[in-house]
Amino acid sequence: MTQLQSIAEFQSWQQALAAAWDETRPCLRVCDGTGCRALGSQKVLAALRDEIRQAQLDTPIEVVGTGCPGFCECGPLITIYPQRISYQKVRLQDVPEIVAQTLSKGKILDRLLYTDPLSGEHIKLEPELPFYQRQKRLVLDFNGRIDPTKIEDYIALGGYTALAKVLGSMTPEQVIAEVKAAGLRGRGGAGFPTGAKWQLCRDNVLKVGQGYIVCNADEGDPGAFMDRSVVEGNPHSVIEGMLIGAYAMGVHQGFVYIRAEYPLAIENLKIAIRQAEAAGLLGKDILGSGFDFTLGVRLGAGAFVCGEETALMASIEGRIGEPRPRPPYPAEAGLWGKPTNINNVKSWATIPIIINKGADWYASIGTEKSKGTLIFSVVGKINNTGLVEVPMGISLRQLIFDIGGGIPKGKAFKAAQIGGPSGGCLPAEHLDVPMDYESLTALGAIVGSGGLVVADEDTCMVDFARYFMNFTQEESCGKCVPCRIGTKAMLSTLERICAGKGQPGDVEYLLELAQAVKNSSLCGLGQTAPNPVLTTIRYFRDEYDAHIFDKKCPAKVCKGLITYSINAEKCNGCMVCLRNCTSGAISGAKREVHVIDNNLCTRCGVCLNVCKFEAVEVN
Amino acid sequence: MQVSVSEINDIINKEAMGDGSLIAALEEIQERYRYLPAEALILASERLGVPLSQAYSVATFYNAFSLKPKGKHCLHVCMGTACHVRGSPQVLERLESKLGIKAGETTRDHLFTLETVNCLGACALGPIVVTDGEYSGQMTSQKVDALLKAVLRVEAET
Repeated sequence: MTQLQSIAEFQSWQQALAAAWDETRPCLRVCDGTGCRALGSQKVLAALRDEIRQAQLDTPIEVVGTGCPGFCECGPLITIYPQRISYQKVRLQDVPEIVAQTLSKGKILDRLLYTDPLSGEHIKLEPELPFYQRQKRLVLDFNGRIDPTKIEDYIALGGYTALAKVLGSMTPEQVIAEVKAAGLRGRGGAGFPTGAKWQLCRDNVLKVGQGYIVCNADEGDPGAFMDRSVVEGNPHSVIEGMLIGAYAMGVHQGFVYIRAEYPLAIENLKIAIRQAEAAGLLGKDILGSGFDFTLGVRLGAGAFVCGEETALMASIEGRIGEPRPRPPYPAEAGLWGKPTNINNVKSWATIPIIINKGADWYASIGTEKSKGTLIFSVVGKINNTGLVEVPMGISLRQLIFDIGGGIPKGKAFKAAQIGGPSGGCLPAEHLDVPMDYESLTALGAIVGSGGLVVADEDTCMVDFARYFMNFTQEESCGKCVPCRIGTKAMLSTLERICAGKGQPGDVEYLLELAQAVKNSSLCGLGQTAPNPVLTTIRYFRDEYDAHIFDKKCPAKVCKGLITYSINAEKCNGCMVCLRNCTSGAISGAKREVHVIDNNLCTRCGVCLNVCKFEAVEVN
Repeated sequence: MQVSVSEINDIINKEAMGDGSLIAALEEIQERYRYLPAEALILASERLGVPLSQAYSVATFYNAFSLKPKGKHCLHVCMGTACHVRGSPQVLERLESKLGIKAGETTRDHLFTLETVNCLGACALGPIVVTDGEYSGQMTSQKVDALLKAVLRVEAET
């Protein structure tokens, strides 16, 4: 690749790539994201290439590994272009038939199509899948279409044209004005207006003469994986957004701080940086504009608190990730004491879209105060686990039932936990809440990372709160007392309640502690850690009372409050449970009714899962 | 595994001398040896001019670092929220009881290290167990048994 020396050179290259880009050309696009890889997509991809080579088809068919299109539930995913036939859950053994039937003869294999759970009908084409139909894909648009390891693919679809536009025809002030007018708010969760943050940083950079920008890709919230997916599937969009931001703020060095748990995202990001450098889109005198910008990658080392901006900066500087009080804010004194602007992956990736399509267009999407789209990872007890990008203001119900396909096994929806360990649990009565910053905050949840975990009737809300408190307590860095001791005290109270040793007054004690931890913790981790407890008490107080006063776990989850037994009428003595019990608590001979000894039973639930006759009962 | 001073020196030269990132160097050493040997920490602190106490605090603060050697096979159980609601606690419990160790520990024969991880972001597959980098999805207690058997079978053959 030759280094591009000018904007004109870039434009002629871009036009040539765009002209050559042809989605009507026969092509197989295989999801090569972490989710599908875990399901074996790499083997499927290699087998497809082999099989196609051997089949010697009339027209050559390219096989492209793409980023994650989001429909993780049905992976490995294959889309056959130009028709965009969508095959799902493709196994290695399906490959010969795909080539022999579909690619050679145009015959569609019904068994690999998505089946609508309501109508039972097969859905043939990707754009017709209900999962995609209600989405508005801006940031995720290229995921599933381009090969993330090829800069040419990104550029063919208009990549780096926003950068060229900014360098060629906009002043830094104009760029910031555009981002402000678009109404973009920080997608890391807090929702601070991005343009205003950039302005603060720019003002300080002008005074000091130096500064940094950072991309926060330390996506630590369990159940959220959209940042990973964007970096994996479209890393250049993040780089382009950062370049534009750096130009606007007058900064020449940036870092991407990314979790080490995301090896594929790191790999694709590093490839993308190397390609951008080789093309002259990163480095000195970018496109002959005189603007310099270098981008480095820093790996997180497994500390949730490093997603907090001051802790993140400490970690980049090579120290332990302990937060510090703000002010001074990073825009005043950030990395190595210099003005620093930190934005989330999605915020950066949105910038090129705003520049290309205009602030007015962007601001027309969403609600009055929350503009644009949001990406949610819809996970847990839901049929269509995956990543969805929707306009702000869509209702929780649409998200869970229309796009997410509802709850598996006909179970009842109980709660949606939104925003990870910092967020809250919303009950069925709030299913019609519009998903935007203000509405969610009013109900005690937050947009946060966009993690949305669905709980069904089998989920115990006290145990759920305990789970999150256990997480934040473990991840508390220990620097400030309210968070270090407060989360510990809250956790031990919740553990006691779950163990059946709850006492009257425990809920009030939790509420009091929660307020103290919220009000007096040093950083966002502690300030938001009580949210799952507060919202579960607010909406599911009856479950707490059942645990404390009746010594019952209504969802039959908490071990201290349940026992297992075998229904003598249903047990046929098949011995499967006995063989699978690791604690030796089950006795009985073949073809005789088995019995569980509750003194030995550890309530691990294995017998319940293995019994084919539903003879094991929870009491 | 033998600790090689020259190798550690190479890693420090490559990862840390440019802009002084102790963490990057330790990550690379951890990757190479699967733990941080005491020699490596001392060397890194001397070479980078960072007090040993600070190197130690970094090594013990971040979950990615371990001061103890790990087993030959590493099992990671994802404890993310999606995996949790789909039954990862039972999966972990089964592994703990089968291996006779708790999460974070290594078996006496140094064959297995059992660890938990907070979300791998492959939530559609929950509960997930990662064996030496290989993902296994939708795990259950029975699948855990089969997984361990498979590893042991390979061990017996080699």
